[in-house]
Amino acid sequence: MQFLTILLDTVLDVLPIVAIIFGFQYLVIRKKVRHLSTVIAGFGMVLIGLVLFLLGLEQALFPMGGLMAEQLASPDFLPMVVEGVQRHWSDYYWVYIFAFAIGASTTIAEPSLIAVSLKAGEISGGTINPLMLRIAVAIGMAFGITLGTWRIVMGWPLHWFVLGAYLLVIIQTLLSPRSIIPLAYDSGGVTTSTITVPIIAALGLGLASSIPGRSPVMDGFGMIALACLFPIITVMGYAQIVRWKIKRMEKKT
Amino acid sequence: MKTMLFSFLRTVRDSLRDLAPVILVIGFFQLVVIRQPLPEGIDLLDLVTGLIYVVVGLSLFIKGLQIGLFPIGENLAREFANKGSMLWLFAFAFALGFGSTVAEPALIAVANKAAEVVAEGGLIEHTVAAQEQFAFTLRMVVAASVGTAVCVGVLRILTGWPLHYMIIGGYVIALTLTMFAPEEIIGIAYDSGGVTTSTITVPLVTALGVGLATAIKGRNPMLDGFGLIAFASVMPIIFVLAFGLIGV
Repeated sequence: MQFLTILLDTVLDVLPIVAIIFGFQYLVIRKKVRHLSTVIAGFGMVLIGLVLFLLGLEQALFPMGGLMAEQLASPDFLPMVVEGVQRHWSDYYWVYIFAFAIGASTTIAEPSLIAVSLKAGEISGGTINPLMLRIAVAIGMAFGITLGTWRIVMGWPLHWFVLGAYLLVIIQTLLSPRSIIPLAYDSGGVTTSTITVPIIAALGLGLASSIPGRSPVMDGFGMIALACLFPIITVMGYAQIVRWKIKRMEKKT
Repeated sequence: MKTMLFSFLRTVRDSLRDLAPVILVIGFFQLVVIRQPLPEGIDLLDLVTGLIYVVVGLSLFIKGLQIGLFPIGENLAREFANKGSMLWLFAFAFALGFGSTVAEPALIAVANKAAEVVAEGGLIEHTVAAQEQFAFTLRMVVAASVGTAVCVGVLRILTGWPLHYMIIGGYVIALTLTMFAPEEIIGIAYDSGGVTTSTITVPLVTALGVGLATAIKGRNPMLDGFGLIAFASVMPIIFVLAFGLIGV
């Protein structure tokens, strides 16, 4: 039953892109689609795949993120405090370590990031090291998420953090080599895969509901935003280090 | 058939590689740091079957896109890039951004979660219908914003305006709107910028960008093809903030 309701919703979700592609194909370009049976089989797979993913999302990904937040922020797990005393933010150190580990590990192994970094290495003619680039993105992502959890613990408004990150991005953009800029801006989007987004979202919302004085609506969101911004900063930072190293080498010779 | 199965298994491996670090980190924390039994209502077996659904589902989804949607979409993108009709090019760019975002799994996930949270916070009625309505509207707003973003990106490729000034302009607009938008929507708005750029949107939109940049003289496909995605992560912030301002 649940499968059928989700299937119906999913058909509606996929319908627009199907209508758009076939509409333009038949009405504007007016060419026949080659291998029509394969294409239809493909759409069947898209539908079933999306339904299964959404089922698994509710059953595993969301609960896992929420569970970790709940356990790591529960009073039983945290160091003892005297009744009624405001907890210091450093008590939540396991939360920060967990956030950093999740961010770094999911990013460093991300298939699309590996592809992009190899390509970037080729274009740069060897000045950009693909592995270092991946590490730069992973550090940015991990730092972004950790900062996101810290923000939830402190309860400070998200826009201060975004403002700060934007200023850093702008300053870095003005200082960085031109050729790295599009790649840097894109690396923010690459880090958030379909599997990590729900877990991070659930982690943030879980933290906001477990920590006293925070509300999910006001404090729970924003982790994904910060996770997307900091890789931009670290990638441009890496490009600057590379340029500085090359300059120093040239001076020596 | 056999090659098909092989390439499907490769997709499964990629999804597993996405999931493995998550499992490792969470497993390590559960066994070494937390060392507590799972709380009531969470069953290990449910989690495992759920993860299997996620991996199989995501693999089927991606494979289906690769054999069904992407070849036609990429082909269309090239055709429109070469066709020369501005009106159709922009119509197609908008439709492509809009349509691919509507079906984006990460966006569906976050929109549903946002609706739940907003309902619990008492901002909308706490009914299934009201939540579905909110999630649907949010996704439509984000999809329209990505459609617009792709149009702006196409315009940039055609005119050759520098990417970073336009992005910085987008940041300024987003921050200005933040000052006036209701506080409850700010977190959701900034997060929706990050969820739009995943499974479907990136390949299709990149195909359009690279196709255009190849068709126009004096554009570098590598440099100009990339920029479209950057817009697709700023524009949703602006649109969702505006949506919050106009009224939830």
